[in-house]
Amino acid sequence: MTEKIIEQEKRAFLTGNEVVAWAALAAKADIMYGYPITPQNEIMHYWTRLAPRYDKRFLQTEDELSAGFTTVGGVLAGRKAFTATAGPGNTLMQEPVSMAEMLRLPIVVVIQQRGGPSTATVIYSQQEVTMTTLGGNGEGMRVVYSTSSHQELFDYTIKAFNTAWKYRFPTFVLGDGYQAKMREPLTLYDPESRGIELIKPEPYVGKPGTPGVDRAPSQFRNTYSMEEELLEIVNQYMQDYGEMAPQVAEYQVANVEDADLVIIGHGVVFRAVRAAVDNLRARGLKVGYFRPVTLRPLAVPQIKEVFSNSKKVLVVESAYGQLARLLKEAAYGTTAEFLTMFRPGVGITAEEVEAEVEKILG
Amino acid sequence: MSKGICPVEPVMPTSWRKDNKPHKFCPGCGHGLVLKCLGQVVDELDLQDKVVFGCDIGCSLLAWDFFNLDAVQTHHGRTTPVMTGIKRSRPELICIAYMGDGGGYSIGVQHLVSAAARNEKITAILANNTQYAMTGGQMAPTTLPGQKTETTPYGRDPELTGFPLQGQEMVSAVCREGAYVARGSVANQRQLKSYLKKALENQLAQRGFSFVEVLSTCPTNWRTNAAETWEFVQEKMPEYFKLGETRRPADMRGEGLANG
Repeated sequence: MTEKIIEQEKRAFLTGNEVVAWAALAAKADIMYGYPITPQNEIMHYWTRLAPRYDKRFLQTEDELSAGFTTVGGVLAGRKAFTATAGPGNTLMQEPVSMAEMLRLPIVVVIQQRGGPSTATVIYSQQEVTMTTLGGNGEGMRVVYSTSSHQELFDYTIKAFNTAWKYRFPTFVLGDGYQAKMREPLTLYDPESRGIELIKPEPYVGKPGTPGVDRAPSQFRNTYSMEEELLEIVNQYMQDYGEMAPQVAEYQVANVEDADLVIIGHGVVFRAVRAAVDNLRARGLKVGYFRPVTLRPLAVPQIKEVFSNSKKVLVVESAYGQLARLLKEAAYGTTAEFLTMFRPGVGITAEEVEAEVEKILG
Repeated sequence: MSKGICPVEPVMPTSWRKDNKPHKFCPGCGHGLVLKCLGQVVDELDLQDKVVFGCDIGCSLLAWDFFNLDAVQTHHGRTTPVMTGIKRSRPELICIAYMGDGGGYSIGVQHLVSAAARNEKITAILANNTQYAMTGGQMAPTTLPGQKTETTPYGRDPELTGFPLQGQEMVSAVCREGAYVARGSVANQRQLKSYLKKALENQLAQRGFSFVEVLSTCPTNWRTNAAETWEFVQEKMPEYFKLGETRRPADMRGEGLANG
């Protein structure tokens, strides 16, 4: 039966996928639905080993469409349900996520990015940013946390369930193959003993009482007959999204006040960016960094500020401009020179970033 | 139609919502007959506080607010996994996945077959009207040879597009002990009702997957009058789609496989 999952804080040395499974347990997730795809498989492997010990469930589905739609079902039933996928699986996942957007269903999806397009590599990339932030036939009504360390994978997976159930938008944890597969130390903790309140799920269907007798039936649709009906719904959702944005948007910034150049990176690439800034500062170069933690919604006012106060901005990513496109939209109307370092599907080291910066600053 | 036109309210199942009747299906559509049988069965089994009703995209989507039941309209072909997800999370709920032949046998066929193979303890009901009706009458896997549709304007040529998919037999083939699989017709409501009842009783008994295909009508897209419509569903369709039960759990009460 259920017992407290993490009795007291403990240091651990785990792979990222293992961390996600522990975090989902710590967040009191009830059920995982999943379909195998590298590099996220071990999330399922660890969950299926841990789940029965804590009265949790798992279903291996026939594909990612089904994994997403069964997750939708789990949430409709009032359970904290989640899934995990990558690459071509993320492509299929966009369909159930769009239904979750329309019905405001708090599904949680963990993405461990792999190379693209197509099957590409099973290894690593940051090429699922566009799809994860803005995928589906809609308006990108989702929250996307981009993690850069195993501690963050743990923290933000827990946070993702809370954000999803608080605001009722589908929520992603966006990792990558490096974070999934490498081993790193972190602190595991019980969120409630750190004062983090875990938001309780509620059923959408299967509520108490007899529909039509004790209460109105609880009925949900995603189809509208009239343009105006749809307009009203989408406008309302976007207003809710806009009101949520400043409360959810997160970022990290340092050394930008006197900087000649601000380097921007997210996810695991941010580690190289931060190390490069430290090394370049030590060599006397005036550089700073900005890191969006949420890729959707972005911390737009802070991005505008950075782009307004800097002469040059260098965007570094393991994709061909997917983060850069989001930043350009957020920074519209500002004046900084926009420089880029795109390495689609390959890792980026601090040394490579430093070399690029030295080239720019001469 | 306003309420004033019909002085006597017709008898409706208590599990139906009366505030949004008459329903939105075309005149002569089979969905109303299927949902009448289903409503009566929900009443007889006293399931109104336990059922979650899921409907697909296609004409079946119009059923989203049809009943006094908690309900969700899903995507095209995805009702089976949504109801599977609900059932896996809350096994005490009675989950009904309602779909058409396009949703169940074409775009969502992997979900239907996989749910049957896993013996998911849900009830899937599929209305087969031999074409995609909501989109204006295109060929479906179930379109009969020679049948004219918008994408087979000269009649379905099996040489080019194959023969009608025998979906009920396909589902039956992957099922194991505990499953209930049958094919009924709106042209035989007593039989259809008994199949739907067994399909829900089987879920209540937690034996396994339950599936009922229902031969249904679409005079709008068939471009048939009442007599031709009835002839098509009662005579033509059963030539390819045999009525009857193909799987019954060993401990289900009543006689053996009841063939139509």
